[in-house]
Amino acid sequence: MTQKLIIIGAGMAAGRALEHLFEVAPNAYDVTLFNAEPRGTYNRIMLSPVLSGDKVFDEIVTHTAEWYEENGVTPRFGEKIVNIDRSAQTVTSENGEVLNYDKLIIATGSNPFIIPLPGHDLNGVIAYRDLEDTNTMIALGDKPGAKAVVIGGGLLGLEAAAGLALRGVDVTVVHIMGHLMERQLDEAAGYLLRKALVDKGITVKCSANSKEILGENGKVKALLLDDGTELPCDLLVMAVGIRPSVALAAEAGLATGRGIHVDDQMVTSDENILSLGECVEHNGDIFGLVAPIFDQAKVIAKTLAGEEAAFSNKEVATKLKVTGCDLFSAGDFADADGREDIVFRDPARGVYKRLVIEDNRIVGAVMYGDTADGNWFFGLIKDREDISEMRDTLIFGPAYQGGSPLDPMAAVAALPDDTEICGCNGISKAQIIAAINDGAHTLDAVKSISKAGSSCGSCVGLVGDLLSFTLGDEFKMPEKEVVCKCTDLSHDDVRKLIIAKELKSIPQAMQELDWKTTCGCHICRPALNYYMVAAWPGTYEDDGKSRFINERVHANIQKDGTYSVVPRMLGGITTPNELRAIADAADKFDVPTVKVTGGQRIDLLGVKKDDLPAIWYDLGKAGMMSGQAYAKGLRTVKTCVGSDHCRFGTQDSTGLGIQIEDAMWGAWSPHKFKLAVSGCPRNCAEATCKDLGIICVDSGYQILVGGAAGLDLRETDLLVQVATEEEAIEVSCAFYQLYREGAQYLHRPYKWIAKVGLDWVKERVVDDLENRKALAERFHYSQKFYQIDPWAERAKQGVDAHEFAPIADFTKVAAE
Amino acid sequence: MSDFIEIGSINDIPLRGARVVRTHHGDIAVFRTATGNVYALDEYLPGKAGPLSNGIQHDEKVTDPMYNWVFDLTTGEALGADEGKVETYEVKCVAGRIHIAAKAVIPSVAAE
Repeated sequence: MTQKLIIIGAGMAAGRALEHLFEVAPNAYDVTLFNAEPRGTYNRIMLSPVLSGDKVFDEIVTHTAEWYEENGVTPRFGEKIVNIDRSAQTVTSENGEVLNYDKLIIATGSNPFIIPLPGHDLNGVIAYRDLEDTNTMIALGDKPGAKAVVIGGGLLGLEAAAGLALRGVDVTVVHIMGHLMERQLDEAAGYLLRKALVDKGITVKCSANSKEILGENGKVKALLLDDGTELPCDLLVMAVGIRPSVALAAEAGLATGRGIHVDDQMVTSDENILSLGECVEHNGDIFGLVAPIFDQAKVIAKTLAGEEAAFSNKEVATKLKVTGCDLFSAGDFADADGREDIVFRDPARGVYKRLVIEDNRIVGAVMYGDTADGNWFFGLIKDREDISEMRDTLIFGPAYQGGSPLDPMAAVAALPDDTEICGCNGISKAQIIAAINDGAHTLDAVKSISKAGSSCGSCVGLVGDLLSFTLGDEFKMPEKEVVCKCTDLSHDDVRKLIIAKELKSIPQAMQELDWKTTCGCHICRPALNYYMVAAWPGTYEDDGKSRFINERVHANIQKDGTYSVVPRMLGGITTPNELRAIADAADKFDVPTVKVTGGQRIDLLGVKKDDLPAIWYDLGKAGMMSGQAYAKGLRTVKTCVGSDHCRFGTQDSTGLGIQIEDAMWGAWSPHKFKLAVSGCPRNCAEATCKDLGIICVDSGYQILVGGAAGLDLRETDLLVQVATEEEAIEVSCAFYQLYREGAQYLHRPYKWIAKVGLDWVKERVVDDLENRKALAERFHYSQKFYQIDPWAERAKQGVDAHEFAPIADFTKVAAE
Repeated sequence: MSDFIEIGSINDIPLRGARVVRTHHGDIAVFRTATGNVYALDEYLPGKAGPLSNGIQHDEKVTDPMYNWVFDLTTGEALGADEGKVETYEVKCVAGRIHIAAKAVIPSVAAE
């Protein structure tokens, strides 16, 4: 006798299960198939081509009305089941009909997760899950000038965005993480993907937190981010993830966790109820990919047919594709002990490939731009093939065993001909190559013929690369000092290429400059971050995670893990009120040591990290801000009392010091930058060993540069004498800016001057008045963005709060 | 008692960031790497390195802020020429919440 089988849900899992069931037990069951969606089974994965217009819905239907009829399935599409009565073995449909079952399959799949933002229930806020959602998006494309926002930069969100863009909609993707598809791609591939989407006209906002969905007359109007940005939209697609749909099963009293618990035979805690697909949890795993779910379909069919079968979740590699983007990710690419990377980058073609190797086997692969070999690598991962024999040429793919090594000059070769290589003399790549072709076959010959590299010398590395690139083996490059083991480029090369190629983020620089590691190291990340800060003020988003701890938490770490706090006192001048506030703070926070520093400031040593925002808050109330005693940036301007009090004083050295510090505080530079202003040549402020010192004389101000009093001891050299305070301030700012733009990270000015020559500096800051002015203007422009008191941001606005408080504290939990 | 204790949301730690868990037997640093993996290690290698939560992360490694030792987050081993190891603790992320091995943070559990 045939038994009654009811299936709840006609998704891909149910469709495949029925096919297998009719193969193994053709006439065993009388099947009734319920589906909340008013249609039968279709290939949900193919909704993306429907959205993009490559396919129509009929093409992705896998089970037609004729198929159901031929196989004797009673379709009940567009009808929900609202209740399961396990003791009576019945289900109740939404219109109250009660049906008996002998066996029941729950295949309710998953629900899109909707973030409960204010406004999530507005009209025009949709998920991307079914044909209705897809049709809503397609309809939007017919409206001229339509705008859409997609929340979620994962696979589904990007498919929605790419499809909408192809339909002519102005799309913005808002993603909470730092790079797109962070679960499948590393930072480098995420960067390339973003670039490709931007090229398609899609706006991408990463590290963006949604705050509220704004509406008008019950309809969505815009998305508000927590930084205050408002993104207008006619449609908001939320594609942030899915959750197993377990409510019906849970109400029926079945065992559920994240999903409906099933055993190896796909049977739930009730022997007459089975389940499969995205709604189940098997041995702690839940499922979103089609391969294991199709395995479940085979098992469930055999179980129903009374045959032996067991489902086991094999760790399968997965591949994925975003519409119009050449992208591949398979297996596990997280770093782990014993794993090594093989990385291949071709910046000119926008190609990135990374293989993760463990025990001579590929365990993961990420590829972007050229994924032709993806399936070959996928096979090697799945078969766990030993690759030690072909390791050297593995990354070139199956067709390229035994190929030549990569061209190390790729980054330079890819520069356009009119790129300026030598900024001092305005010499382009084409001019240098012309000089080489005219017979200049050494660095010196290129210098004398083209003038490139003959001034500050910072482009010599690139000129050398051009010689190698043009002459091949004929040219032997002198050894150059590279930034770190992650790159073949020197600091000068990197700085110049960041400007020449307009590289505006760390992942972008690493990709375009052919970095050898996936995300750098503690040496190159801070350097790159500084070069970005200096090159793109106002547009570059500072990456605190690439900064040394002192600059990240705006205090100086001490050997016991506590911090020191130094408030700014412009020119070394303070007031009784400030001193009282410092004393009160020292008492309140049990500061063990209070010290006067060499730079004429007061240092509170031994402050606990957790207390930093609170102590800053108190100091801020008294009008004090960060003294930035931790910064690779402007530190202090030390002064003597000058003509106000001193009988020898020739000028108001204190006043000038305050003006300079007021203009310069907050600026970042390659290394720390210390100043002093002395009121007479007796030099009580010790200006002659500073990075920049000013000595006041009767006739004006001597500006001295390049001093040092650290590991190296060096007296300053005279840069220029000027007549007025205004000129002194302008020269100081111009000098600082020239250093900020040109020096390599962690070089103090004296090291930089030794490299470029004092005369070269003088030409730019003293002789060329126009250039001096332009440098000072660039400095003041940059200061608009960096003169922000970091203590106030943290103490009052809660910036980076995660840096200061522990995530959990078990010392306050009473022992159980 | 469960083997794991919840300590917070995954969003409490930014990518390439770290937070501290205070316990009666010292601080534990919980790291979240660029690829989203979470690790828990002792904050200090006494006399040699730490506080590690204050270091710069790159791949599944962290550079100690005091002496620039580089530690492998997956094993707690110092890399390169330096020799040393910090204790690592089991940590897992379930439905967006971070859970740490109970014995790492509660002394009574460790004793039993």
